[in-house]
Amino acid sequence: MCKADIISTVEFNYSGELLATGDKGGRVVIFQREQESKNRPHSRGEYNVYSTFQSHEPEFDYLKSLEIEEKINKIRWLPQQNAAHSLLSTNDKTIKLWKISQRDKRAEGYNLKDEDGRLRDPFRITSLRVPVLLPMDRMVEASPRRIFANAHTYHINSISVNSDHETYLSADDLRVNLWHLEITDRSFNIVDIKPANMEELTEVITAAECHPHQCNVFVYSSSKGTIRLCDMRAAALCDRQSKFFEEPEDPSSRSFFSEIISSISDVKFSHSGRYMMTRDYLSVKVWDLNMENRPVETYQVHEYLRSKLCSLYENDCIFDKFECCWNGADSAIMTGSYNNFFRMFDRNTRRDVTLEASRENSKPRAILKARKVSTGGKRKKDEISVDSLDFNKKILHTAWHPKENVIAVAATNNLYIFQDKIN
Amino acid sequence: MFPKGTKRKFSDSGDEPAAGGEDVNQPSSVAVRMLSSYSLQRQSLLDMSLIKLQLCHMLVEPNLCRSVLIANTVRQIQEEMTQDGTWQIMTQALSAANAAAQCSADRLVATEVLCRQTEATQGEQVLKPFPAVGSEGCPAEEEEEVVVEEEGEGGPQPPTCQAPLAWTPAGKRKMDSRTAEQVFGTFEIKNPAPSPDPALEELFSDVDASYYDLDTVLTGMQSAPKMGPYDLLESLSSHGPSPLSSSTSCRSDLNELDHIMEIIVGS
Repeated sequence: MCKADIISTVEFNYSGELLATGDKGGRVVIFQREQESKNRPHSRGEYNVYSTFQSHEPEFDYLKSLEIEEKINKIRWLPQQNAAHSLLSTNDKTIKLWKISQRDKRAEGYNLKDEDGRLRDPFRITSLRVPVLLPMDRMVEASPRRIFANAHTYHINSISVNSDHETYLSADDLRVNLWHLEITDRSFNIVDIKPANMEELTEVITAAECHPHQCNVFVYSSSKGTIRLCDMRAAALCDRQSKFFEEPEDPSSRSFFSEIISSISDVKFSHSGRYMMTRDYLSVKVWDLNMENRPVETYQVHEYLRSKLCSLYENDCIFDKFECCWNGADSAIMTGSYNNFFRMFDRNTRRDVTLEASRENSKPRAILKARKVSTGGKRKKDEISVDSLDFNKKILHTAWHPKENVIAVAATNNLYIFQDKIN
Repeated sequence: MFPKGTKRKFSDSGDEPAAGGEDVNQPSSVAVRMLSSYSLQRQSLLDMSLIKLQLCHMLVEPNLCRSVLIANTVRQIQEEMTQDGTWQIMTQALSAANAAAQCSADRLVATEVLCRQTEATQGEQVLKPFPAVGSEGCPAEEEEEVVVEEEGEGGPQPPTCQAPLAWTPAGKRKMDSRTAEQVFGTFEIKNPAPSPDPALEELFSDVDASYYDLDTVLTGMQSAPKMGPYDLLESLSSHGPSPLSSSTSCRSDLNELDHIMEIIVGS
C-alpha cells in the first residue's frame, strides 16, 4: 500500500454534489454525483471521479533543515458563486485556493478566426455569422488562483471559511490567522498563545472553526480539553475569550493519561449554530453555546479502550486525531474508531450503531451489518474482542452530505460512500 | 493486538504482576506489592515518555501537540514523585551511579539512557536497565522497553549505563529547562535560550548514531531520520561527515559544533 494514497481529509461541498478528498501525497480528488436517471427514478446518484490534481508538493525549509510535507491536512469548499467551484486546501504551511471549472461546450463559426484558430484576413470577411455552441467532451480543469503562504511558523491544523464569504481563518498549533480571500500577502493574527519562553509551553491549539452564521464569532479547541469562543468585535487580538468551555474532571477516573485523552482533536459547529461538538480520544461531546460549564450530551465512542491506554500510549495510537461530523439536520453525529469501525449516534432516540468500512465484510449495495466489540469475558458470536482490533485500520476522517443521508468514510487509502437504504 | 509486536510491559487491566506465590494472603504484603507495582508502572511510564521526547526531535517534523502532551505527562509524574519523596531517592541513586561511571565511558555517548534500581531494602523486583547505547554495543533491539521481571529471575544488575545529564540532584528544574529546551527548541531558533554551555553540550550530545537503532525499533522507521537544526550547524562548520556516520567522528565533530555554537550564541 502506497503511503501517499492515505486519505487525510474528506469534505462535501455546500450542495453535496461534489465530494473532495485530499491525501498524503498532496493530491486532491473530487467526486461528482451523477444526476439521477429518469429511467431509474429510485436509484440514487453515484459518485464518480470528476477531477484529480496535485495541490501541494513537498518542500524543504532551508532555515530549519526540515522537510515540509505535502500531505493535505484540510479541504474546505467555498460557496459557489458562478459556474466554477472553488475550494481551499492546505498542508502544514501553505493554503491554496483552487478553482475547478468545466467546459462541455465549444463555440464554432467565429468571424475573425478560422476553425483551426488562424486569424482570417479582414478583407476576406464578407458576411457576419453568429457562432454556435456545440457540445464537446467534458473537460475539467483545476487551477490555483491564490496561494496564502508564509503566515504560519507551526503546523496548520484547521481552515474555516467565514459566513461572510470574504474571509477565512487558518489555525496552527499556537496561532490563528484571519485572511481575506482576495489578499494573499498579509493576514491578521487574531489568536496567539505562544509563550514568551517556549519552555513554558503546556497547551496548543488543536482545531478552530468559524461560526456558521455569525461572522464575528469563532472557536478554537486546545490540547487540554478546553474550547474558547471568541468575538472578533471585542478586540483585534482575541487572546481573551468571550466564552470558555470546559467540563470539570471526574476525580475518580484521573490517571496519567487524563490530559492526553482530554485533548480535543476536532470541533464542529452544528448547522444551526446553536451547538458545537468536540471529539476527544474516547468520546464525542455536544455543547450548548449558552452553557460553558459542561456539555449537554456525551457519547462514548470506544470506552473499552480506557483500560488499554498505556498500550495505546506506547504505540502512539493515543495521539490519533479523530474527526466528527453532524448530519444536515443536526439530529445525528458520526465519528470514526479503530478496526475500520465508525460510530453513528442519533441524538433524539439516543440509539447508536457501530458499522465497519471494509470490502471483505460488506458487498456493494448490501446493507451494513451492525458490529459489536465485546468488553466482558464472554464473547458472543459475531462480536469481536478488544484484543483482536486492528489499530492500524483507523477511520479518522468522515463526512456527511449536507442534505441527504449519504456519508463518506475514509479508511486509510480507501474511500467508502454509503447511502440510506431506499424502501 | 498492536502492530509492531511490542511487548506489553505491564498489565493494562490492572492485574498485579505475578509474584512467587508467597505471602499472597497477607494484606500488608499485598498492599506493598500494589504500591510497588504502581511505582514500577509509574517509573516505566516516565521512562517511556522520556524516550518518546528524546526521539521526537530526531524526526523530520516533530508534532508539537504530541510533544507537549508527553512533556506534560512527564511533569505530572515528576511532581507526584517529588511529593512522595521517590524523586529525591532516585536522583541520589543516579548521581551516585553517575559519579562511579564517569571515569569510564565517554559521557557524551550514553547521556539519554535511564537506569534505575528500586530500593534494595524491600527486596523488590529489579528492573533491567535500559541498554547502554553507544560503544559498548548492547543490543538495543531486544530491550528497548522495561520488562517487569518475575521475582527470582535474574539478580539485581549493576548500572551499566551513564545517567543522563538532566537527572542531576538539581533534578526537576534541570529536567524542565533542558528537556523542554530540547523538545521545543527545534521550533524556535531565533531566540537561543540563555543557558550555560553545559546545556548546549547536552543538546549536541544527542548526536549519536546508535539512537537511530532505538528509533527504528520503536517507531518502525526504515530511513534514518534527519537531524534538523544540527544539519545547519554541520554545514556551517563545513564538516563533511554527517552525524549519522560513526560515533567517533561524531565526537570530534561535536567539539567543532560546540565552538561554533559558542560563537553564534555569544554574538
